[in-house]
Amino acid sequence: MSLFELFSLALTAILAENFVLVKFLGICPFLGVSKKTDTALGMGMAVVFVMGLSSMVTWLVNEFFLIPQNLQYMQTVVFILVIAALVQFVELFLKRFVPALYTALGIYLPLITTNCAVLGAALINVQNEYSFIKSIAFGVFSGLGFTLAIVLFASVRERLEFAKFPKAFEGFPQALVTAGLIAMAFMGFSGLSIG
Amino acid sequence: MAKTNVETKPTETASKSGKIKEIFLNGLIFQNPILVLFLGMCATLAVTTSLVNGVGMGLSTTAVLICSNVVISLLRKIIPKEVRIACYVVVIAAFVTIVDLMLQAYIPFLSESLGLFIQLIVVNCIILGRAEAFASKNGPLYAAVDGLSMGLGFTLALCAMGFIRELLGGGAILGHQVLPAGAAMLAAPAGGFLVLGSLVALTQYIKAKAADKKKGGDQA
Repeated sequence: MSLFELFSLALTAILAENFVLVKFLGICPFLGVSKKTDTALGMGMAVVFVMGLSSMVTWLVNEFFLIPQNLQYMQTVVFILVIAALVQFVELFLKRFVPALYTALGIYLPLITTNCAVLGAALINVQNEYSFIKSIAFGVFSGLGFTLAIVLFASVRERLEFAKFPKAFEGFPQALVTAGLIAMAFMGFSGLSIG
Repeated sequence: MAKTNVETKPTETASKSGKIKEIFLNGLIFQNPILVLFLGMCATLAVTTSLVNGVGMGLSTTAVLICSNVVISLLRKIIPKEVRIACYVVVIAAFVTIVDLMLQAYIPFLSESLGLFIQLIVVNCIILGRAEAFASKNGPLYAAVDGLSMGLGFTLALCAMGFIRELLGGGAILGHQVLPAGAAMLAAPAGGFLVLGSLVALTQYIKAKAADKKKGGDQA
């Protein structure tokens, strides 16, 4: 894969087809863990890490197990199991060997199993028949796109904390409208695809 | 959610229909998964660009929800506590695969337009949420009713979203042009957030109004 191709993939995954704001994947953590910028950043980093890893593992499982056995229709079941096992394993590994990272990511890791962005990336990789390297790159870039969106969103929400809203819009609706405005800004990137 | 979590004794046949009615109304209206509990947001926002998509997604999710609720309820005494989430996920994933293959075979156009999001029903928080909060504590009949009503509540909200976005965004109802194409933005991703935000705000407004009225009535 050429450097140009990599760059164009990054541009598409992070901006033009942002996982959260354009493709609507990973909305639950996006709305749930975005009250503070630093927790948002922690969640984002955990997602980048797990998405890169899960893209790699699911690609290998698909190529060397599901396709030779003609079991592609089991993709959903196998992928979600792989991701759940992977998250558990990463948690144990970090706890044992990189305790600093574990304390930083700790509470976000279990939440990632049910983050549809992770399963979504694995399924998109397979559907588009990406190569091994491209799959990993796509996973990592998409995770970065998620991080960008959630950090932007959290910093807006922090500033809105004491703003006055109509009573009916307090709480959840206010967050949704804010997200809508950010998504509108990202629509400006939609023409941006090269290569 | 506390109300629906109460374990019931199957011997109370007298209140059985009352309980079923209560579960049903809870899922459909009072505990609407989207508008009140805020579960399953990804699917809600992504597929509701038209009414047909909303109905298709809603009914697919309902089918998976009923089946997984019943199976998990039947297995609730066998599944060990420590690995229950993993077991639930396997049950749910199996039913999602069945629904996915059925749609591909019999309604291919729907399967195409919903795409990835059919497979992503696996990670829809509503399903795992009901498995954990309801099916693992209640008998199969109640679990089925709960699955049906939660699914229909989900479908209802999806239909409202799809209807509004299709009408205001493209000026169409079920693909038939009735208005000149309007604010295309509402059919775009940003519109999804805005329409859902407004719907939830409307729900909260009605709830506040109803609470006020009740309070006023009590005083008078």
